[in-house]
Amino acid sequence: MKSMTRSILLVGMLLLGGCATTDSGSADANDPFESYNRSMFKFNDAVDNAVLKPAATAYKDNLPSFVQTAISNFFGNIGDVWTMVNNLLQGKVEHGLNDMMRVAVNTTMGFGGVLDIASEAGIQKHKEDFGQTLGKWGVAPGPYVVLPLFGPSTVRDTAAFPVNIYGDPWTYTTPVSVRNTGAVIRVVDQRAQLLGASNLLEDVALDRYIFVRSAYLQSRANDVRDGAGSEDDAKKPDGLAP
Amino acid sequence: MNTLKKVIWAAVAGCMLMLAGGAMAQTKQEAPDALIKRISEDVMATAKSDKAIKNGDAHRVQQIVEEKILPYVDFQRTTMLATGRYWRDASDEQKKRLTEEFRSLLVYTYAGAIAQIRDQQLEYKPFRADPSDTDVIVNTQVIQPRGTPIQLSYRLEKKDSGWKIYDINVLGAWLVQAYKDSFASEIGKSGIDGLIKTLAEKNKKLAISFAQKVKQAS
Repeated sequence: MKSMTRSILLVGMLLLGGCATTDSGSADANDPFESYNRSMFKFNDAVDNAVLKPAATAYKDNLPSFVQTAISNFFGNIGDVWTMVNNLLQGKVEHGLNDMMRVAVNTTMGFGGVLDIASEAGIQKHKEDFGQTLGKWGVAPGPYVVLPLFGPSTVRDTAAFPVNIYGDPWTYTTPVSVRNTGAVIRVVDQRAQLLGASNLLEDVALDRYIFVRSAYLQSRANDVRDGAGSEDDAKKPDGLAP
Repeated sequence: MNTLKKVIWAAVAGCMLMLAGGAMAQTKQEAPDALIKRISEDVMATAKSDKAIKNGDAHRVQQIVEEKILPYVDFQRTTMLATGRYWRDASDEQKKRLTEEFRSLLVYTYAGAIAQIRDQQLEYKPFRADPSDTDVIVNTQVIQPRGTPIQLSYRLEKKDSGWKIYDINVLGAWLVQAYKDSFASEIGKSGIDGLIKTLAEKNKKLAISFAQKVKQAS
């Protein structure tokens, strides 16, 4: 699994390197690799439509919702470990300690993370990854990149990607068969959570590529700032009378 | 007995006063955070209790949007901001049609979002603004039964008729900004009229799939 991820990344980088820059006239977005990105977006879409979306739909329609919640919670709890490390790396000690509490409470009283007791007790989840940590440390996101299979990213987040994999406790689960099955279930579960949003997006976006790009870049910048929508991220219109 | 009567009358009179006060406050001008809270609670309560919506009746959802949300939205401003610098070059007729088409598209967007309300809860973040502000952001978040909370913020402008919403932020992404790039790309390819046409075609498609959903629900 790990070596597969690595080779996919490598292929992606090579494709990136060999790609000419294009411009679609949208001045705002930092997207010099647009033509490569668009073809990768198309490819990801095809894979999603053929495999992932049907699987996620079947998962959502057929599994009892308490089982789905248990699965989400289980992997969410594992993810919280890495969130904790990143919060501490970003110097957010309070959040980091919160995450530690979450993992401790959910792993023990929540039967290995199947129940998310911590959320019910009001210890909220704040997802953080290494890309956000790099952002906090002042690394600029760089151009937009669509990764094969993994979707929207930036150059910075692509660099952080392998670190996120190494930092994820599930990567070290043995036996390998359990790890791989788990990884698949985890991906399907995450996709299932996004079904409503992605169906809506398909309906209302003019050009899905551009819409996803704008939304992703904005939302990612917001994650790094840990901010709710603040005044300065809603850009004032350029030179318009009010 | 007599005291009981007095107490009841006092209670009734108190209620009347409060009602009158409430009505007056509303006509005077509702604070932006109070407005967002009132609309949200109203829409959430309706979406959770209305049988037609639960059955996926798209028509009913759209009706809710028209009734409960649209009166508080400034579509002209949303459209103007999404169009950005091209807005100045547009004729009045183009501005009008563009606003109409974008409005329809956003109604489908809202309707789609409302149709997904199940057992979520809303949380209102503390509101900080100066009383003299005419442009504010109200932050809320949607607490889901599982997964991380979804950030949901509204940007409002003060008008004579009260506060009007003109932009929405979901998970850190502003709607106007998200559409701005798409608009610019369409206008770059085929001008304002091209954008209007694209929007109109999109709306037609949505109307058809909407009609199918209404059929399925009934």
